[in-house]
Amino acid sequence: MGNKGDKISRRGVLGKVTQGFAVLGFGGFLWGGALRDFSRADLVLRPPGALPEADFQKACIKCGQCVVACPYDSLVVAAPGDGVPNGTPHFIARDIPCYMCTDYPCIEECPSEALTVDMVTSDGKASINNAKMGLAVIHKESCIAYWGIQCDACYRACPLIGEAITLELEQNEQTKKHANIKPVVNSDACTGCGICEHVCVVEKAAIRVLPREIATGEVGAHYLKSWDESDENRIRSIKEKKESNGDIHSTLDYLNNLDGLIDE
Amino acid sequence: MSVSRRNFLRYSAATAAATAIGINIPETVKAAASLAEANWKWDKAVCRFCGTGCGIMVATRNDKIVAVKGDPLAPVNRGLNCIKGYFNAKIMYGADRLKKPLLRVDENGNFSKTGKFKPVSWKRAFDEMEFQIRKTLKELGPTGLGIFSSGQYTIMEGYAMVKLMKAGFRSNNIDPNARHCMASAVAAFMQTFGIDEPAGNYDDIEITDTVVCWGANMAEMHPILWSRVTDNKITNPDRVQVVNLTTYTNRSSDLADLEIIFKPNTDLAIWNYLAHEIVFNHPEVIDWDFVKKYTAFTTGFVDIGYGMRTPEHKNFSEKEKETVKHEVSKELSAAEGKSLAYLGYKEGDTLEMKNRAKAKVHWEIPFEEFKKALAPYTLDFVAGISKGDDSESLKEYKSKLKRLAELYIEKGRKVVSFWTMGMNQHTRGTWVNEQSYMVHFLLGKHAQPGNGAFSLTGQPSACGTAREVGTFAHRLPADMVVNNPAHRKMSEEIWKLPAGTLNPKVGTHLMKMHRDIEDGKIKFAWINVCNPYQNTANANHWIKAARDLDNFIVCSDVYPGISAKVSDLILPSAMIFEKWGAFGNAERRTQHWKQQVTPVGESMPDIWQYVELSKRFKLRDVWGAQEIPGLEGGLPDVLPDIRELGYNPNDTLYDVLFANDYAKSFELPDGESKNELNTEAKGDKRKVNGADARPWEGYGFFIQKYLWEEYRKFGLGHGHDLAEFEAYHKVRGLRWPVVDGKETLWRFNSKYDPYAKKAGVGEFAFYGKALKSIARGSLTGPDASKGKADLKNKAKIFFRPYVDPPEMPNKEYPFWLCTGRVLEHWHSGTMTMRVPELYRAVPEALCYIHPEDAKSNGLKQGDLAWIESRRGKVKAHIETRGRNRPPKGLIYVPWFDEKVFINKLCLDATCPISKQTDFKKCAVKVFLAS
Repeated sequence: MGNKGDKISRRGVLGKVTQGFAVLGFGGFLWGGALRDFSRADLVLRPPGALPEADFQKACIKCGQCVVACPYDSLVVAAPGDGVPNGTPHFIARDIPCYMCTDYPCIEECPSEALTVDMVTSDGKASINNAKMGLAVIHKESCIAYWGIQCDACYRACPLIGEAITLELEQNEQTKKHANIKPVVNSDACTGCGICEHVCVVEKAAIRVLPREIATGEVGAHYLKSWDESDENRIRSIKEKKESNGDIHSTLDYLNNLDGLIDE
Repeated sequence: MSVSRRNFLRYSAATAAATAIGINIPETVKAAASLAEANWKWDKAVCRFCGTGCGIMVATRNDKIVAVKGDPLAPVNRGLNCIKGYFNAKIMYGADRLKKPLLRVDENGNFSKTGKFKPVSWKRAFDEMEFQIRKTLKELGPTGLGIFSSGQYTIMEGYAMVKLMKAGFRSNNIDPNARHCMASAVAAFMQTFGIDEPAGNYDDIEITDTVVCWGANMAEMHPILWSRVTDNKITNPDRVQVVNLTTYTNRSSDLADLEIIFKPNTDLAIWNYLAHEIVFNHPEVIDWDFVKKYTAFTTGFVDIGYGMRTPEHKNFSEKEKETVKHEVSKELSAAEGKSLAYLGYKEGDTLEMKNRAKAKVHWEIPFEEFKKALAPYTLDFVAGISKGDDSESLKEYKSKLKRLAELYIEKGRKVVSFWTMGMNQHTRGTWVNEQSYMVHFLLGKHAQPGNGAFSLTGQPSACGTAREVGTFAHRLPADMVVNNPAHRKMSEEIWKLPAGTLNPKVGTHLMKMHRDIEDGKIKFAWINVCNPYQNTANANHWIKAARDLDNFIVCSDVYPGISAKVSDLILPSAMIFEKWGAFGNAERRTQHWKQQVTPVGESMPDIWQYVELSKRFKLRDVWGAQEIPGLEGGLPDVLPDIRELGYNPNDTLYDVLFANDYAKSFELPDGESKNELNTEAKGDKRKVNGADARPWEGYGFFIQKYLWEEYRKFGLGHGHDLAEFEAYHKVRGLRWPVVDGKETLWRFNSKYDPYAKKAGVGEFAFYGKALKSIARGSLTGPDASKGKADLKNKAKIFFRPYVDPPEMPNKEYPFWLCTGRVLEHWHSGTMTMRVPELYRAVPEALCYIHPEDAKSNGLKQGDLAWIESRRGKVKAHIETRGRNRPPKGLIYVPWFDEKVFINKLCLDATCPISKQTDFKKCAVKVFLAS
């Protein structure tokens, strides 16, 4: 990549950045908006290479250069009322998803390392395919592929077709001679680019990208998969619990209280 | 969900009362009430899109389509649909539906070739058409007219237009977009079986053990059939094997046990490898009983050109001539040196294309000659020329070819070979179709449940209309042809025409239609249910000819596309559910539907457009003597004979062809069906001002039923039997021949096909009548001294060699270009690109390219690139990741997107036998558009 800032017209930056601050003067209104939309901030999708949300918010200097660099106009600057911290970049997958440029200009243009190549680097290799912008989740009841319709538009549109979205085959219960060909998201590979959500042909997308913190669950480290040795990594960093130093009184209270145990 | 009558009344009353006094009533009660008040009506119909032929149910309310659902009773899809079928309801009411006739006019309102489109009345439109047709007839005679016909006509529409053109105007210049789609399959059916269309049916999918796709990406192009293949695979995972033979990895590879990526055109060599493996290495698997009793070995000429024009044509650029010169002669490549050694050729020799005019000629040869010609197709030779993916080792590739052979050969293993455009759009399309039968016949694996070579069709009625009705330049209904005197006689009898009315000279095929317009030989053309200016290769020539020359082009369509744009008059047509109709799918299943809603605006059904035009011409205008280029003596004056038939010279074509006594005997339905819509027969509530400027009130008889019943006469009793009109309104389609009310599942098999049984020659009878008396000879040619072979009830096993295509990548144009479709869009996208959801899913055609090829040409994912051939160039975005993964050296670009007009690049070379264009291979370069 060329030097940062080479290709950006200064005016372009200013134009886009000011969109974010245009209504700063109306302080009261702004505050109200932020409160009302608190939950939407939790659902915000950040550009590829973004630091974890809390760190990202601290690091982002709201310069808008990533937004200008985005060739697809996917990235937008949060405006007051968006419910997203003002001036920060994000994208709305249903409108314009991240098209996963292989040279990730948004990351390259970021002067503050709020977006950083480190976040898309795995095993020493930087690749947009390592981005973790979010995770696609499927609502099976409104996914017509789960009905048996031969759709799979999300699968065919997925830049990591066959990896991030794979197909599960199952006989259709009604016809007994057709197969339902159902998309399944694999969270290891899904980058959260949102192309699947964008292309979904039902009225309100049946596949949607959520921030990974929201879309993912987490299993306690007290139980591991016997069939997967690498799962043991989960206990590597945990501390053994100290023996409990419990109060014997509660035990005694319990043992000594026969109320209601023996019928009159 | 059902709401009883009593509850309905209760809910309705509750809602009304509650609404009146402003009480909130529970949502559940409201929902139940609105369901009970629903006044939509369900009726059966057929999906508008592909050749699969899925049944759908259409819901109408207030004379509008509101929804569709899969028809659970339809055997093809049992209530399911693909993503396009899912959107049938949404193709109806796009914002830019054509609603008024539009004519190019000057400021005075007169037609002007350079004028702008302005709305005109139907009367003005027909006046102009009549004027232009008369002008053309005067200047050029009947061959000055041309009809771009369609595999998406309803059966009755296609029949009406064939009758108008062939019987009325006495011109055979009518040819369908199906020429681009199924012509090679047809030619091979005729040459091999003497009768068109597949032996098998879709039940083969569940019965077979092996599905082999040859140039058919069924996962995207026949999704509902693919879901049946998938179901068979997952319910019998060990037994059922799926093979995908293709020139690039596509979605059908997902399910495949075996994916074979081959070099374009080398499918010819791979089929011969299979035959070689059978004949040389496993002679014990040849089903000699079948082969001897039911087949004969045959071959034909190889020096037949590539269906191009010769280089001297004035409009060829120097660049084009680099390819077109091969039409005259070609230096043989190393591969051809080996494959044509049986004719005494070697590498570097020049093959003079001496038999271009005899491409169809074939003759019987002894088995020993057949075997001798197969000798070169060893595993080593075929693997060497056909391996399509550089990154695959030759060893790995060879093991795949061997595995393929094992699957075909295995005793007791049922095999179905499916193909679509990969084998049909091929400069040796007829040959490669014939080769599939060659392998299946040698093994005795054809025309049995689960066994057979099965040509899948692309369009919803390529079989039902284009082929069965015969909307081709050489055809008449029911497989008859215009150059057969007996066929003309029979047609003249059914149509009640004087003997000699029909033109015996084969008309212009679709590719030639464009060329003839460019050459000023056709000056009036009418586009019916197709988009020929987007769907034809080498488009720059044809678009220029349409816009720059003195001609008049009419386009009937539902939405504006490129063809409408280059036309002079646009006629707004009724959409599928706005008219009565019938389609015939790939398994010979004919399905009818009724008009569901009134057409929009002033749009009118195509049948009405054709029939109204017929009112403008009198017998004396068209049935006098006519000059026909290339037909000695021309067409006779048949007017002296018309009195015998009860006509007089001032009768119109309408009186004779469409409103005769037989037609008028079809009364409009009474009783329950009394209120059915029928715009053509009864007019409709709009009272559109028609061709005579008066409100349209209908023909007064059941014209669609008449057309069907008359059409049906052509096929009855000779293997093309269709049922009565009413029968199809009671069932979900019937697979022809329908004999004694019963459909036929496997043709040519005496157990299932009454015609085969009647032939009385054994288990099978390939009873098709065409091309059954042929010469005998050797590999080098026919030998008149050996007399004629009579192949009654037999099929043919053709030997066809490998040859190169006419244009291959070189240094300057290093890539193969392959074009095709995507699941989300239908053909040129005029309907599906207007469904917002489908547009959002796939808004533009992308250039699928191998990542390393992209890199070495300075391109990256998402870049805008020029793609350029010797004929034209377009810009498209680079896609290195998506659904299609070409090997190095090949790019894939779909053709649905008029903004990525890929047909400007394609070569208009055709199979010289079928005249079908090869859209799957030409040479291009790709570079960054800066």
